[in-house]
Amino acid sequence: MDAIGLWIGAFLTLGIISFLYKDNPWYKLSEAIFVGVSAGYWFITLFWDSIYSKFYIGITDKGDYYLIVGAILGFLMLLRLVPKIGWISRWPLSFIVGAISGFYLINYFSSNVMRQVANTVMPLFSTEYGQSLFTAPIGTIVANIIVAGGTFTGLVYFFFSKEHKGAFGVTARIGIWVIMITFGATFGYTVMSRMSLLIGRMDFIFGDWLGLIK
Amino acid sequence: MRREVPLIITAVVGIVFVIQYFIPHYPFNKLNGWFSDWFSIIGACAIWLGALNLLKISADKVYRKRSGWGYSVVIIVSFFVMAVIGWLGGESFRDFGTSFDWMYRFVYTPLSSTMFALLAFFVASASYRAFRARNLEATLLLLAAFFVMIGRVPVGDAIGMKLQLPDAIMPSSIAIWIMNVINAAGQRAILIGIALGIVSTSLRVILGIERAHLGGD
Repeated sequence: MDAIGLWIGAFLTLGIISFLYKDNPWYKLSEAIFVGVSAGYWFITLFWDSIYSKFYIGITDKGDYYLIVGAILGFLMLLRLVPKIGWISRWPLSFIVGAISGFYLINYFSSNVMRQVANTVMPLFSTEYGQSLFTAPIGTIVANIIVAGGTFTGLVYFFFSKEHKGAFGVTARIGIWVIMITFGATFGYTVMSRMSLLIGRMDFIFGDWLGLIK
Repeated sequence: MRREVPLIITAVVGIVFVIQYFIPHYPFNKLNGWFSDWFSIIGACAIWLGALNLLKISADKVYRKRSGWGYSVVIIVSFFVMAVIGWLGGESFRDFGTSFDWMYRFVYTPLSSTMFALLAFFVASASYRAFRARNLEATLLLLAAFFVMIGRVPVGDAIGMKLQLPDAIMPSSIAIWIMNVINAAGQRAILIGIALGIVSTSLRVILGIERAHLGGD
């Protein structure tokens, strides 16, 4: 079966790559299979992981009858497919929006604001928080100061309630340099991750399938 | 009913999630557990809604024989093949050696990874056309991208050794420094900015000021 799988995998891989030439029926076929299989994958995975494991087992084995409310809300979500009563799907949607808002309001502030600020300024002159000042090597101290200064200037650039003029403008200008380097680094990192995926596919074609790479 | 009930649900659920962070005791801890379980079930149904909507649109395309309807048949068949195989596999449908695992390894994985790998070509083509060192900002972006890319492949350090560069300015060292220092600073500034935006938007949603999720009518 694995041998057949290799041929199918190779057929689909080459089908997707054929798009580099132009949009063609082979690519469209592979794309349609990808769309269908992905939808089927998530449909059945969520069935077993959430609907069965959480709801069915919760009701039958543990007697968690409060889960029925979640199931009703979930069913109401599916009513979106019925145009006449589709508006009722706003109820479960509101639940999702409210839950995410409440969760993010606290957790994003805690993890992405407070913790990021703390990690930016502590430690500044030592390798770890709690150590004596100026115990870190000079390179680390410089790097810590650049991180703290870069974060501050980057934030100043994003502050549009004041005109970017004078000292504020100079700080914002340094901020945009930091942001541009960040974008460049992120771009380079993304390209390399895509390249490693491509190398993986080439390895599959020339190694696993054709056996040219030993 | 159409506007008031959703607004009340959003506010109550949001406020409970906020309160339970500060008062993790009865009844808020219990409500938090209930809401989290409901969230998980509704989330699954939301993904189901997307999949069923895809089937509905595809079936409609086949029924009306619109252009490219044959591919819609492929979508429907692929969906059912994957779903039925997963269904028949029972709770252990993902275990190694099952039919679902076979489909995952030889159909889903090649398609998804090749689809993402394809982006490498488009990114390379787009950057060739768009990357020009027109000004200081564009030059900084270009240099950062160059050093991060060259520093993450063996040829980068091979060139460095050929040029007898000291360890501190080897391409891999420069890439690591950019990623750990300047990139960290920029990412933090962006993260803090996004987080403050999310906090204010969440507050607006909970208080019912932001109502975009309720639609137009």
